[in-house]
Amino acid sequence: MEKLKKILISYAVPIAFSILCVSAVLVAQIPPIFLASEIVRRLSRNTFLVLSLIIPIIGGLGLNFGIVLGAMAGQAALFFVVDWKIKGLVGILVACLMAGAISVVLGWLAGLTLNRAKGREMITSMILGFFANGIYQLIFLFFVGSLIPFRTKQFLLPEGVGLRNTVDLYGTVASALNNPWMIRIGTVRLFVLPLLIVAGLCLFITLLFKTKLGQDIRAVGQDMHIAEVAGINVNKVRVIAIIMSTVFAAIGQVIYLQDIGTINTYNSHEQIGLFSIAALLVGGATTRKATIWNAILGVVLFHTLFVVAPSAGNRLFGQPQVGEFFREFLAYAVIAFALAMHGWRAKKILM
Amino acid sequence: MQYALEMRNISKSFYGNQVLKNVNIAVAAGEVLGLVGENGAGKTTLMNILFGMPVIHSTGGFEGEILINNEHVNIDSPRRAMEYGIGMVHQEFMLIPGFTVTENIKLNREITKDNLLSKVFGKSLRTLDFPAMRKEARQAISTIGMSIEELAVVAGLPVAHKQFIEIAREIDKKNLKILVLDEPTAVLSEAEAEKLLDTIRYFAKRGVAIIFISHRLSEVLKVSDRITILRDGVVVDSKPSSSFTVSEIAEKMVGRKLENVVLPPRAKEPSDEDIIMSIRNLKVYMPGEMVKDFSIDIRRGEILGIGGLAGHGKLGVANGIAGMFPAEGQVYFEGEPYRLNDPSYALRNGIVYLSEDRRGVGLLLDESVEMNIAATAIEAFGSFTRRFLFMTVYDRKKIREHALEMIKKLDIRCKSPTQTVRRLSGGNQQKVCLARAFTLNPKILFVSEPTRGIDVGAKKLVLDYLVSMNREHGITIVMTSSELAELRSICDRIAIVAEGKLSAVLPPKASDAEFGLAMAGEFQEVLQHG
Repeated sequence: MEKLKKILISYAVPIAFSILCVSAVLVAQIPPIFLASEIVRRLSRNTFLVLSLIIPIIGGLGLNFGIVLGAMAGQAALFFVVDWKIKGLVGILVACLMAGAISVVLGWLAGLTLNRAKGREMITSMILGFFANGIYQLIFLFFVGSLIPFRTKQFLLPEGVGLRNTVDLYGTVASALNNPWMIRIGTVRLFVLPLLIVAGLCLFITLLFKTKLGQDIRAVGQDMHIAEVAGINVNKVRVIAIIMSTVFAAIGQVIYLQDIGTINTYNSHEQIGLFSIAALLVGGATTRKATIWNAILGVVLFHTLFVVAPSAGNRLFGQPQVGEFFREFLAYAVIAFALAMHGWRAKKILM
Repeated sequence: MQYALEMRNISKSFYGNQVLKNVNIAVAAGEVLGLVGENGAGKTTLMNILFGMPVIHSTGGFEGEILINNEHVNIDSPRRAMEYGIGMVHQEFMLIPGFTVTENIKLNREITKDNLLSKVFGKSLRTLDFPAMRKEARQAISTIGMSIEELAVVAGLPVAHKQFIEIAREIDKKNLKILVLDEPTAVLSEAEAEKLLDTIRYFAKRGVAIIFISHRLSEVLKVSDRITILRDGVVVDSKPSSSFTVSEIAEKMVGRKLENVVLPPRAKEPSDEDIIMSIRNLKVYMPGEMVKDFSIDIRRGEILGIGGLAGHGKLGVANGIAGMFPAEGQVYFEGEPYRLNDPSYALRNGIVYLSEDRRGVGLLLDESVEMNIAATAIEAFGSFTRRFLFMTVYDRKKIREHALEMIKKLDIRCKSPTQTVRRLSGGNQQKVCLARAFTLNPKILFVSEPTRGIDVGAKKLVLDYLVSMNREHGITIVMTSSELAELRSICDRIAIVAEGKLSAVLPPKASDAEFGLAMAGEFQEVLQHG
């Protein structure tokens, strides 16, 4: 009985979301096949981004709100790939390499900053994201087309300087990963390549934590002081964790955007930080503990709600916006809840 | 003479407060140097300097020089210290709670093997070789003659085991040349401490230079070749141990003579007629300190001691009553049934518990002295608060007044009531705990290991304060301790726990042999001495 209670408490969030999802599905009366095909697609699209959050959590850095830096790098790379008209898989590869290179630098800078803000990593990384967003806007609103040459005029604002609100990937790298290998089961389409990449990352994370570096990350995550006394270079390990997370976020953003097909120039990266973190938390992760299964379960649950919330809202209140609102509200609520739990656990109770 | 380690003219200040003045120590290979001194005398700081701990370098470094094998060295980080073959068993455990015993022993010295990735990206991606790590950990543990499951997670283990894991980790270091043991026996029972001393001798035989810090002077005398005494940051004496006696060392450490405690009389002696708490068939599930079947009547106004060997469950009793670990059994408090497994119920009924783990459970290390004294009272009874408009707020003034009074009464050595508790020495932290307990106005005070890791001077103050709480305020005290001598100095009766059961209740004047038999669980019948 006690055991059952413990399990219920520690899995409270995923359980609550499962119930919510099931009832929303029932209310929305969405055909199961449609739901299944949507979820499979979103698994291949979003899981990589969510997985990029795991390493910093295990390294004791908490939720890396700084993955928006990686996302920005991913987008920046895609803009140029589109401009240079590099198509298909090659385009994706070039985008990933460029994004990876940019995000190594960004991750390194973020890591250095976070090392100066030990114990306040989450808020620091969040503000870092906002700050980087300012620079990102500066570059893509004022420098592109003026300082930075950009040939594809249709993506530029009428004055010829600055990117438009949306940049189209159709005709270049849209679905470039999805198309080469697709399996159809009824109406459900399986995009094998992105799923394989996700599986590859899962394998990498699993293997990483069987290596010396992974063990160091775990040790630092558990207790920085003890790790340092044991001779581990704590700062270096933390920087590595953040760099890996940022690079994965960049690649994740490329995978995400090739599936979506258009880049929402000034918003895509912002949303991705919020929704990835919410999804991971919904899957049962906390600010100190996260597994691959948390990420996968989180994507399934969170995106089920995403798919069905508008129809459920429509059925219940006659307005799809209510459902929209509801899911946004839930994303923030689940993050707020996780952060509150984090603070509550950090402050040891005296009795 | 060729010394393995020499520290010359070491001086160090913290925030303008000089804690070490021109300290010189030296130790040769295969030699055991006993380093003794009161808490706050600077022993731990000296060792932190040797180990290049971050706390030294973040507070402005130190003056003086360190020589290893007659060569100047610059030790600026624990990593560098380890490269020079310096190992350290810290006063606070340096074990990662969520890791297994093996992972802790092998921390940052993991055995690895190549894989595909590591060939491309370098050594840090080599795979851990768990079977090999496990084997070596096993070997290190058995060298000290312990049987600890090497795959167990450290968090749930009893403190004595943690201590031995720390030592096993040092044994496992193949390049170990200098080993520092900072208070390794503080958490051990006498039999375990003996085992540890054997381990020290084993290290010395291996040619390791050893610095042994302990408050148990007889142990220091037994195992050391030479003894250096520190007082207030200065070396007051350094001679071969054969030229010292325990009382001489104690005298030099404290700088004043120690005397036998004479306990003040009571207005009314406790008696079997007036039982404040009656415990029947108590079982407590505390890992490493299981209580299997414990029954006793606690008399109102007495000081009851609970003793026994480590791991036999003496610590479990107080933890169970206070609701820190799951417990079952029949307990009656002032004649009424008492609810177990409910810490706040215990607190509300005037049952206060001071944990043996004062840094972990007892204190809010990053809060101020005054908040530590007042926090539990605020939490449990809403004392020190006042109404402000529609809110309840802290009454800062009252907290400050009360804290100042307690600081004076207990001689808590802090710079101000707002200093954080983390920066206090162990003895002063314990005094803060006592002040907090007293603030709660307890009917029964359960206190576990109140003098663990505390120097002789502070020890006496703590014990005196317990006695005065008992005599002046009539608080019933149940004191659990692994130091028989201190139980015998202030308790009215001493209950000995063996294998989770009450083995005997003895008067403090009972002979050593009787206590020995009781601890071994061979005291045939439970004698109810008066």
